[in-house]
Parts: sequence; structure tokens; C-alpha cells
Amino acid sequence: MATVSETVPNNVMAKAIKEGIFAGVIAFLMFSLFVGIETYQDINNQLVWRTRWGLLAVFVAVAAVGRFMTVAFIKPHLDRRKLAKAKAGILEISEEKSFFHRHFLKFALVFLLIYPFLSLLIVGKQGSLKYVDNFGIQILIYVMLAWGLNIVVGLAGLLDLGYVAFYAVGAYSYALLSSYFGFSFWLLLPMSGILAALWGVILGFPVLRLRGDYLAIVTLAFGEIIRLVLINWTDVTKGTFGISGIAKASFFGIWSFDTGSPNNFVKAWGLSASSVYYKIFLFYIILALCMLTAYVTIRLRRMPIGRAWEALREDEIACRSLGINTVTTKLTAFATGAMFGGFAGSFFATRQGFVSPESFVFLESAVILAIVVLGGMGSLTGIAIAAVIMVGGTEILREMSFLKIIFGPDFTPELYRMLLFGLAMIIVMLFKPRGFVGSREPTAFLKERKAISGSFTKEGHG
Amino acid sequence: MAGEPLLKVQGVETYYGNIRALDGVNVEVNKGEIVSLIGANGAGKSTLMMTICGSPQARKGQVIFDGEDITQVPTHLIARRRIAQSPEGRRIFPRMTVHENLQMGAGLDNLKYFKEDVEKIFTLFPRLKERQAQRGGTLSGGEQQMLSIGRALMARPKLLLLDEPSLGLAPLIVKGIFEAIKKLNKEEGLTVFLVEQNAFAALKLSDRAYVMVNGKVTMSGSGKELLANPEVRAAYLEGGRH
Repeated sequence: MATVSETVPNNVMAKAIKEGIFAGVIAFLMFSLFVGIETYQDINNQLVWRTRWGLLAVFVAVAAVGRFMTVAFIKPHLDRRKLAKAKAGILEISEEKSFFHRHFLKFALVFLLIYPFLSLLIVGKQGSLKYVDNFGIQILIYVMLAWGLNIVVGLAGLLDLGYVAFYAVGAYSYALLSSYFGFSFWLLLPMSGILAALWGVILGFPVLRLRGDYLAIVTLAFGEIIRLVLINWTDVTKGTFGISGIAKASFFGIWSFDTGSPNNFVKAWGLSASSVYYKIFLFYIILALCMLTAYVTIRLRRMPIGRAWEALREDEIACRSLGINTVTTKLTAFATGAMFGGFAGSFFATRQGFVSPESFVFLESAVILAIVVLGGMGSLTGIAIAAVIMVGGTEILREMSFLKIIFGPDFTPELYRMLLFGLAMIIVMLFKPRGFVGSREPTAFLKERKAISGSFTKEGHG
Repeated sequence: MAGEPLLKVQGVETYYGNIRALDGVNVEVNKGEIVSLIGANGAGKSTLMMTICGSPQARKGQVIFDGEDITQVPTHLIARRRIAQSPEGRRIFPRMTVHENLQMGAGLDNLKYFKEDVEKIFTLFPRLKERQAQRGGTLSGGEQQMLSIGRALMARPKLLLLDEPSLGLAPLIVKGIFEAIKKLNKEEGLTVFLVEQNAFAALKLSDRAYVMVNGKVTMSGSGKELLANPEVRAAYLEGGRH
């Protein structure tokens, strides 16, 4: 390490120029076809192509200059800082955590509880519609889905690429049963959970013997099968048209949120008509559902079944030789994960008022899985942070219409959502290969629990 | 030691696909004994151990434990009859702490005896006590082996199966582990069936031993007898002596 501080600047510069040119060449080769050439249909409906050398030059320049700057300035700077820290004797992980860090979860919960009112206060009724619905509810749905999938993937270690199927089962259970039989949301919420759990077991049985890649492929197929059934079973599901006019959730049967209803919530409370009250109500429902998911996950991890899940993830053979029934362990993991997916699905249906197979494509599964992986498999906090960044980031992209000034009027920022995912994935995996919160918190303690509890990032204690 | 042996393996044949790994093996382990099985690589030692645990199950022959035929019983139910195993390659849970690993071993009794048993393990292997809050994967090889044995002991086994506990460990640590096994056997009457490459240490420790070659048991006798046997010496001991 001592030699690092005595780097010869010339040497670094030469290296930086070399690597910068190299990066530029690679960028040119990679982007010359993607960016340099564009195809389009002309008036005669013929496919023709034109070149975009200017844009290509921008891409290449960004890559080359970026690499040059990294090698020449940023990296030496970071190295110097690291060295200075090491000399001063400051450890990377300091024992004392800041007050905010220690009470992060409490702060987060309080913030979530007052969030709708905060947004009402700041941006008013019409403005807060966006913040409560697009940001709040949307993010919390994904938090819940990711926490549900976390039970299957993060705890039990069963790679499930078809999780969206259970989301679909929950959504269609609610949509169909409520529009055909008129059952209420509060009856159908647990019912969709149970139905989804049932489908979890149905999926679980044939894949009991599979692991890893093979399991992933079969679950992927399962997700597609459910979607195709929803598309093709037109008598019941109305196919690609979807089911619309799904009943809204009522305020526990006391007040309704339908505008025509006599006991309308807004009228009963003498409020001015606005859909924001319903959205706020929905926000608290999904928040409660998320809390339920977190509570159940935390409780289960401390119980024999949760420990069996985690042991299963670590070593299946060792599990069996310790008397754990791996069959029931896997099935309960699938069922529990699916149940939360089902809850989220029925909530999604009542929130949208419309479901169609288009909402349950493979991409959704991939996004949920990406959130789980980014957050750090098994960690609830990490997953929640990942969901906020990924889903919130997508929503923020929608707001960035000013980018049109730079990239021209054809630029639609939402389309770059996958780019954001990819970028976040690469950055997180480079700097935190195990996700935002990578270390697993033990569930059992011999001494005082305080010795470790709350320490999310340290190995052991003392 | 009168009457039926605790574990009786009778004419067992085990196959991997079409390949016969065990060819009519007969082994008996009496209550309170340490019995070891020695042999070269690929002789079928570990296969026999796994067959006793029911994965893979024997295609022919019988495995009788405590008077009951367990040949067709699923692995996890065999474990519940208190045959505990420290498998080949230790197979501890790397992301769980030492403490949690031990908890997994005690699952059968729903942690009823957890506190007293864990103290017993910590007296036997004091190193584990120091490391109890550490993740299994961060332990050294020897400590992992101790943990693997400790985890098996947490199940209060009637029969302890040990698959190559000396694998990849320094002689001094092997000595410590073997002394611990001997102590358990003497003080608590624990029955141990041991699979070993390290023939000298295993034979010295054992009451009786079997020698396995190509899926068959070719020799058996007391540990001392086999140690003195010229064939055994030539094949397994000369040059490998510690």
C-alpha cells in the first residue's frame, strides 16, 4: 500500500490516455450499429436507413473521456483518501452509528404514516394525487411483492422467475369474484391470498426435485402458462380486453367510495369531492399489507419453519440429514410467498379498477426479482430501499420532460426505465455484490440480543 | 453387547444409475462401540454411509436400526430415529452463526434440551464457544468440523455417523477431534460409526473395524488386529503413518 502514494503522475496520465482511447474504440465498435445507424420507414413504406454520426460521436466521447477521468483523477483521489484514512487509523466500519442510522426504521415508518397528509399539505389535493398514487402506492405494491418473493428466493433459496403468476391469480380472483358474485374487497382479500397460496402449492409439487436453473425455467414457464390461460380463456376472463369496472374497496363496509352511493365517504364527512381520499385510503391499506408481510416474515424467521427455509437455502442434503422434511419446507415457502403475491394482486385489482393479462408479463417477474437481488436477498430493509429506488426512479423518469429539450421532442424518458434498472444493477453489483444490505441478521442469540440486534452490516459482534 | 446389534447392514447393494457402488455389504455396529470403515478412494465408504441414511436407498439388502428395517424410510425420517450424521465435506450452514447451526441440529426435540446440550458441546469443543456469534462460513476447517460434529450431537443421537472427520485437517486438530469422539464414547456410551481415510488414527480409536475394497467388505476385526495385519499395513498404513 505504501507505494501507492508515490505514483508518478506521468505514468498515470499515460495509462489514463491509453485506457481512454481503448474505451473509446470499444464504445465505437459497440454503438456503431446500435446508435450510428437508424432504420425507419419512408413514405413508400420501405425500410431505409440513415446514419447518426453526431450522436455516435457523443457516445464515444462520453465513454473515452469518462474512462480517462476515472483513471487519471477519480481513482488516484479515492486511493489517496483510503490511504489517509488507514493512516489515521479510522476503520471502515465504525462501532458507533449515527442516531439516524440506528433509528432508521422508526423514522421510515413515521414518515410513511404521515406521508399522504404531508403531500396534501405541501402540494394540495390535485397535486398529491400523483405523489400518493404514482409514488406511494406504486412503490408499496412493489415492496410487498418483493417481500413476498423474498420468502421464496431470499429465505428458501428457490429461484422463482414466475412470481407474477401469483400476482395475477390474486388480481383475477378479486376481479372475477367481485364482478360475478359481488363479493366485497374485505372478503376477497384473504380469499385471493388463499387461492394464490393454493396455486403456489400446485406449482410447488412438480418442481420439488428441481433446483437452481432448472427450477427457474419451470417457474418461468408457469408464469407464462397462467398469463396465456388468462388471454385465451375468453369466456371467463374476457381475454386481452381485460376486466374493467372492478368494485372499489369500501371503508370496512361503513362508507363507500363510489360517487353514486348514498353513504359516500366524502359526503358523509362533508368534504369537497376529490378522488384523493380514496387514494389515501388505499395507501394505508397497502401500507398495512406491507407491514403484515414484514411482520410475518420476521416472525417466521424466528420459528422452526423459517429456520428450515434458511437451512434449505444453505444446504439441502444437510437439512435432510437433520430430520427436516424438505418437501413440506419447500411447499410452505412457495405457498407463503404466493399468498402475499395474491394479497398484492387483489389490492392491485381494486386500485386499478381494471385488470388485463398485459399487467402480468414476464418483465414484472424480472423487475420484482431484480428488486430482491438489488436489496440483498433476505433483507427486508434492503429490499424496501431497492424498491423505492427502482420503482420511484421509474416514476421520476416520467417527470423528466425537460430532457426533451436536450434529446429532441421524440424522446420519451419512460422508455429508458430498463436502462435505469441495468445501470443500477451494474453499479450495485460492482460496489455491493450482495445487494444494499448484504449481510444476514442472525435470528438466534445466546447472550443479550442487544449485542447484535440493529447491526445490519457487521459480521458478528465484538 | 448381547442380543441384536444397534445397526445391521445386510447384503446391501447400492447403485448410481447402472453403476454398482456397493456389492453385498454386511456391517454390524453394536451399542456403545466405535466402529470404523477404512478403504481407498472410491471404495464405497461414503456411499455406505449415505445408504444408511437413505439417500440413495439400497436396491437390495436391508438396513436394520434398533430392530426396525429402515431401508425404504425417507432420509428425514431416518434422522428422526436419531441417527445423526456429520456428512462428508461437513456441510454446515455457512451463512448462519455457530449458534444457529447448533439450533438446527437440536430441531428434533423442539429445543427442549437446547441449553444443557449446547453447554455440553461447548465443553467438548471450547473453540465453538468463542466463535458462537460468528458465521459458519468464516470458521476454519477444523472449527467447521467441530461444528458439524457438534450439530449432529445436538440431536441426542443413538448412533453417530462420521464421514471423514479428518479430511483436510492438520494432525494436531485431528487428534483433538478423535479424542473428543473417544471421550463421548467412554463417558456417554455413544455409538459411533466412522468412515476414514486416515486408517492409522481410525484403527487406533476403534473397537472394531471393516476394510472396504471396490464396494465389498474384504476384512474385519478389532482395531488392534487390523493394525497388526500385514495386508492392511501394506495397503493403508505404510508411508501414511503419523
